[in-house]
Amino acid sequence: MIRLPLVLLFSALLFSAGVYGVLARRNAVMVLMAIELMLNAVNVNLVGFSAEIQDVAPQVFALFVIAVAAAEVGIGLAIVILLFRNRASINVDEVNLLKW
Amino acid sequence: MVGALGFLGAEGGAAAEAAAEIVRSAPNWFAQNAWLIPLLPFVSGALILFFGTRTPGKGAGFGILAVGASFLLSLGVLWSFVEGGGPYEKSVEWFTVGPLHLEAGVLVDGLTAAMFIVVTAVSLCVHVYSLGYMHGDSRFTWFYFVLSVFTGAMLIVVISDNVIQLMVGWEIMGVCSYLLIGHWFEEHQNSSAAVKAFITTRIGDVPMMFGFFALIALTGFTSTSFHAAEEAIGSSEASALFVSMAAILLFGGTIGKSAQFPLHVWLPDAMVGPTPVSALIHAATMVAAGVYLVGRLYTVFLAAEPWVLQTVGIIGAITMVGAAILAIAQDDIKRVLAYSTLSQLAYMVALLGVGEAGRNAAFFHLFTHAFFKALLFLGAGAVIHAVHSNNMSDMGGLRKPMPVTFWTMLIGSLALAGVFPLAGFWSKDELLVAAQHDQMWLFVLMLATAALTAYYTTRMVLRTFFGEYTGHGHPHEAPRSMTIPLVSLAAATLVVGFLGAPQAGAVFFDWVYLEHPEVIEFVPWIAGIGTLAAFAGIAIGWAVYKDRTVVDPMQRRLGRVWTVLLNRYYIDDLYMAAIVLPVRDRLSAFVYWTNQHILDGIVNGAAALARGLSRVVAWIDRTIIDGAVNGLGQITGESGGLLKYLQSGNVQWYAVALFAGVLVLSAFFIRLP
Repeated sequence: MIRLPLVLLFSALLFSAGVYGVLARRNAVMVLMAIELMLNAVNVNLVGFSAEIQDVAPQVFALFVIAVAAAEVGIGLAIVILLFRNRASINVDEVNLLKW
Repeated sequence: MVGALGFLGAEGGAAAEAAAEIVRSAPNWFAQNAWLIPLLPFVSGALILFFGTRTPGKGAGFGILAVGASFLLSLGVLWSFVEGGGPYEKSVEWFTVGPLHLEAGVLVDGLTAAMFIVVTAVSLCVHVYSLGYMHGDSRFTWFYFVLSVFTGAMLIVVISDNVIQLMVGWEIMGVCSYLLIGHWFEEHQNSSAAVKAFITTRIGDVPMMFGFFALIALTGFTSTSFHAAEEAIGSSEASALFVSMAAILLFGGTIGKSAQFPLHVWLPDAMVGPTPVSALIHAATMVAAGVYLVGRLYTVFLAAEPWVLQTVGIIGAITMVGAAILAIAQDDIKRVLAYSTLSQLAYMVALLGVGEAGRNAAFFHLFTHAFFKALLFLGAGAVIHAVHSNNMSDMGGLRKPMPVTFWTMLIGSLALAGVFPLAGFWSKDELLVAAQHDQMWLFVLMLATAALTAYYTTRMVLRTFFGEYTGHGHPHEAPRSMTIPLVSLAAATLVVGFLGAPQAGAVFFDWVYLEHPEVIEFVPWIAGIGTLAAFAGIAIGWAVYKDRTVVDPMQRRLGRVWTVLLNRYYIDDLYMAAIVLPVRDRLSAFVYWTNQHILDGIVNGAAALARGLSRVVAWIDRTIIDGAVNGLGQITGESGGLLKYLQSGNVQWYAVALFAGVLVLSAFFIRLP
C-alpha cells in the first residue's frame, strides 16, 4: 500500500502544475486542461484520504468532482469555440475587454 | 372678557339703565341688523370699482341702489326708537394685545339713528343729483366709487361703539374728502386745496388720536369701547386733570374735522371740489362728525374741569361770528355757503360748551342744518351748472329761467336765516334758549350771528336770482335728476323743524333718546327776539342789495375793511408766512441737505465698507476654499487615473493576484501558531 505522504506529495505537484498552467499558458484550451489538472489533484487527495480513513465518502465526493469537471469542460470548450469564431484566436491575452 | 360680557349682557344692561326713566322695549329687527347700513355702500363701492365702467349707468346705479337701501333701513332703525325701543349694542372681539381687547362692534341708539337718517338721506340726494351734475365727467365712475365709500365710512363712524373703529371710519372719510376735493386735479389750485384740507385736518386728528389713547388708558388698557371709558370716568378713580387733557385732545379732532378756528382755513378752499361733494361732505355729514364726536363722548367733557367746556364754547363763538362776517364779503356763491357752514357748525360747537341742554339743541341743529345746507349747496350747484361760473357777479335774474332752483333755494335760505316755521327757526330757537339759560354773552353773540346770517343769505339770494342777468350764455333749468333732490330736500326742510318743536312735544328728543331737559321749551320773547334779528338782517340785506349791480355796493362803502374780509383776516397769509413757508422751504431745504450729506454719507460709507470687506471675503473664498475643493477633486481624479492600470482586463493577472493572496494568507496562518 502506498503511504499517504507520497500521495499528498504527488497531489501537490499535480496541483502546482495545474496552477502554473492556468497562470502561465496563453492558449485557452491549455488553460482549461490545467484546470482539469488542478481538479484531478483534488481527486487524488480525496481518494488518498479515503484509503487512509477506510471510508467511501471521499470517493463519492471525487465522483461528483469528475461529473462537475466534465460539465465545466463542456461549457469552457463552448466558450472557446465562440471566442475563436469571433476573434480567430484563442489567445487569452487578447481577451481583455473588461478593463478601464 | 369684556367682549364676552358685551356680547351677552349689553342689551340687558342698557335696558336696565333705561328702565330708570322710561321703559324701553327691545330694539326691532332693523336696529339689531344696523350693521347692514354701513356695509351696503362699501359693497356698492366694490361693485362700482370692478364693474362700474361696464354697466349701463357707469356705476351710478349701484351707488344709488345701495344708499337708497341704506336709507330705507335707517328709517326702520329710527322707527325702532319712535316705538320706544332701547339701544342695541353688540361687539365681537377683533384681536387682543396683552390686556387690551380690541373689538369691532355696533352701538345703535337714538343718536346713531338720527345720524343714519342725515347721512343716508343727504347721500341719496347727492347720489341722484350727481347723475346730472357730473354727467359726462371723465372720472364719473371713480366719483361714484369715492362717494359710496365715503358714505360707508361716515356710517361706520356713527355706528361704532369703540374709538378704534371710529378712527378707522374717520380717516377713510378724510381720504375720500381729499380725493373728492381734488377730483378735478388737472388744475393745480384744486390739488393744492385737497392737500391743504388733508394736512389741516390731520393737525387736528393727531391730538384726537392721543385723546383716544388717553381714553383707553383710563380703562387701564383693557378696552377701547366708549362704555368702558365712560365707566372708568364714572368710577372717579381718574384724575380730573387727566380727563380734562383727554377731552381737550379729543376736541382737537373736532377743530380739524368741523373746521373750527384756528383750523377753519381748509373748508372754504375745499369748495373747489364738485358741488355735490361740498353738499354731502363739506356741509352735511363729514364736518358734522366733529360735533358728533364731542356729543358721543360728552361724558368725558362733563367730567373734565370746567375750562375744557369753556374752551369749546369760546372756540365756537369765535368761529361763529368770524365766519359769518367773512360770508358777507364773498363773491363766490360756494364760499358764501362755506363760511355759512363754518358759522353754523360753530353754533353747534359753542352750544356743546354750554352743557347737556346745549348738546341736545346742538344735535337738533346738526339734524336740521344738514338738510337745508345740503339743499342750498345743491341749489348753488344747479346755478353754477347753468351759468358756468361760481361768482355771483356773473349771475342775477335767474329767478325766471330757473324757477324750481329759485323756490327751493328760497326755502333753504329762509331756513338758514331762521324764519318761522322752517327747520332753521326751530333749531336756532332751541340753541338760543339753551344759551340764554346758562351763558348770556353767548346768547348775545348768537343773536348777532343770526342777524349776520340773515343778511348774507339775503345778499346771496338777491345777487343770484334778482335783477338783471350779467353772465354769459343763456341759463336754463337744471335737469330732472338735479331738481328732484332739490325738491325732496326742500320738503324735508319744511318738515323736520317740527320734529323738535316744543309745541309738537319735541319728539326728536324722545326718539334720539337724549335726556329731556326742561330748557327744551318755547320761550316767546326769545323766539321773538330771534325772529327780530333774522328780519333785521333780511331788511338790511334788502336795503343794500335790492338794486342789483355787478360790483358789490358794500365794497366801496366798507373800503379797507372789505379788503381785510376778502383776505379772510389775513389768517391764511399768516399761516403761509409763519408755518407753510418755513416748513416747506427752509425746513425742507435743511432736511434735504441733511439727507443728501449726512444720511447719504452714512449710507454710502457703510456701503463702501461692506464692499471692501466683501472683496476680502471673495478672495478667501476663491483662493482658499475653492482651491481646497478643487484640489481634492483633482487628487481623486489623478490617483484614479493611475490606479486604473491595475484593471488590466487580463483574467490571468487577476488569478495571479488571487494566488499570491492565498499564498500570503497561508503563510500567515501557518506561521501563526
